[in-house]
Amino acid sequence: METMSPLERILRGLALTLVVVFFMFPIFWIFLMSFQTNETILAIPPSIVFSPTLSNYAALITGKLQTAAGTLDIAFMSNLGNSIFLSVASVAVSLVLGVPAAYAFARHKFKGSEDIAFTLLSFRFAPPLLVLLPLTQYFQWLGLSNTYVGLIWVYQLICLPLILWIVRGYFEDISADVEYAYRIAGHSWLATFRKIALPLAGPGIAAAGLLAFIFAWNNFVFALVLASADKQPVTVGALAFVTSSGIQYGQIAAAIVLSVTPTLALALYAQRYLVEGLSLGAVKG
Amino acid sequence: MASTETLKRPASGFRISRKMLPYVLSLPALLVCIGILIPFFTAVVYSFQRYRLSQPWARQFNWGENYINFFTDPAFWNTLKVSLLYAGLTVTLELLLGLGIALLLQRRSTVNNFISIMLLLPLMIAPALAALMWKLMTNPSFGILSYLASLIGLHDFRWASSPDTALLTVVLVDIWVYTPFIMILLLAGLRSLPTQPFEAAALDGVPRSFVFFRITLPMLTPYILTATLFRLLDSIQQFDIIYAMTQGGPGNTLTVFQVEAYLNFFQSTNVGRSAALLIILWAITYTLSNVFIKNWLRLRERARGEA
Repeated sequence: METMSPLERILRGLALTLVVVFFMFPIFWIFLMSFQTNETILAIPPSIVFSPTLSNYAALITGKLQTAAGTLDIAFMSNLGNSIFLSVASVAVSLVLGVPAAYAFARHKFKGSEDIAFTLLSFRFAPPLLVLLPLTQYFQWLGLSNTYVGLIWVYQLICLPLILWIVRGYFEDISADVEYAYRIAGHSWLATFRKIALPLAGPGIAAAGLLAFIFAWNNFVFALVLASADKQPVTVGALAFVTSSGIQYGQIAAAIVLSVTPTLALALYAQRYLVEGLSLGAVKG
Repeated sequence: MASTETLKRPASGFRISRKMLPYVLSLPALLVCIGILIPFFTAVVYSFQRYRLSQPWARQFNWGENYINFFTDPAFWNTLKVSLLYAGLTVTLELLLGLGIALLLQRRSTVNNFISIMLLLPLMIAPALAALMWKLMTNPSFGILSYLASLIGLHDFRWASSPDTALLTVVLVDIWVYTPFIMILLLAGLRSLPTQPFEAAALDGVPRSFVFFRITLPMLTPYILTATLFRLLDSIQQFDIIYAMTQGGPGNTLTVFQVEAYLNFFQSTNVGRSAALLIILWAITYTLSNVFIKNWLRLRERARGEA
């Protein structure tokens, strides 16, 4: 890299500052808003100086909202619970289904293997409603409407391709000779898979699992179409929340903060793997 | 791989023939695959039917009528126009912005690495929740952006609730969420480029604009193509941001494909039209994804080769 003139240095610094402000400000502002009452939120001009209150979070956590008209129940904590359960269960199912398949695709070129792998990949890009709308009717016939089982199944649409393609790449990176040597020593295929392939691909599997979790958590349309209020995750719940009466703006902000914290924390933790995961293994970070 | 094929099966309690093994391993994933293909074919059938949830008795095949009707249906042309406009605007702006930011952050330094990690955060926020965040910020009575707009003389700037600025507002949210996606792919691409051509160019005193257009850009093209197609495929089917922000409104300003199909299905209960819309959208994304997959495979091969 060549040296920069002072002017260029300043311009670059300015550009980067603008970029950081644009991308960070909304998060910062909503975070501040979550500690404010309607009184300070509605003040003009807006100010970042206010006495912070935890009342918004308290209302969400206790599920009881005191308003002039009386006490209002908020189901936000159950939305949060649904998000956690749906995401964890979907990723677990995806790992159980996807890791052996990824291994098969990485190690054995069998008839139709690429076709299956690409069909799964194409789900990543098909319009979700194309599958969801007919599913509403199938789910009614099957008794899966508004059930966790039905939702977890549909969540495989996003989790499974992600797991399959990322983990497949990690298995391909393991030299087949290592496994061969272990098998020569008289170990079964299953033992080789468990003792050699799985541990070596372990970090990759964990990263794929974290990413699948983030994608499942952030999904909106599946539950919007297939779940009623009691099964809805935060993404859908928060939207219903905005239109419910008596809600304070600070509480909406607090609900958003609670809803995005898990994915932001995981993203920071797994940032090393994000590039690879987001490009389904096409670009290494 | 040949070595494993010729390997004699060691003694074990697990007796699945070598030939069957890969099928057994991928069977569960395959079943899920089939479970998803069935509704897809059902949607194809719906799209050739006159089918309204409110009049189930009148359900019958009308063959291509749902599709033929689109030609004379201004609502369909509006959907097509808004979808293409949305996808075109978001992807173009995100590409320019993402490339610019990636170039700014190209040099590895503590500050640059920190910023690039921070910029990932919007991408990790659920798009539906991101839309809510911007909804709070553009609220006419207390939104900070409405206030800022009024400071520069734009009094009563209505953001997503005015038909004139609704598209601009959702595009802005999309840019906020997805520019980091393009940025990190291009940044990874930039940092993986071989250094020799750049060193040679620096030694020869080649002007920097020349280096950028003749060396950087051509070498980065596969990354740019992959990132662009990735985004295009998602953007043409955007639902979360638009639905959470305006439900397709005001009026039919933002009735992109998936929003229109959703409203058709659940509000006007016109299943046939809804399915036909989604099939058209699927045809567009299928064509795009074939181009995409070719590119993506090439990049993937390269990434695996470097591993």
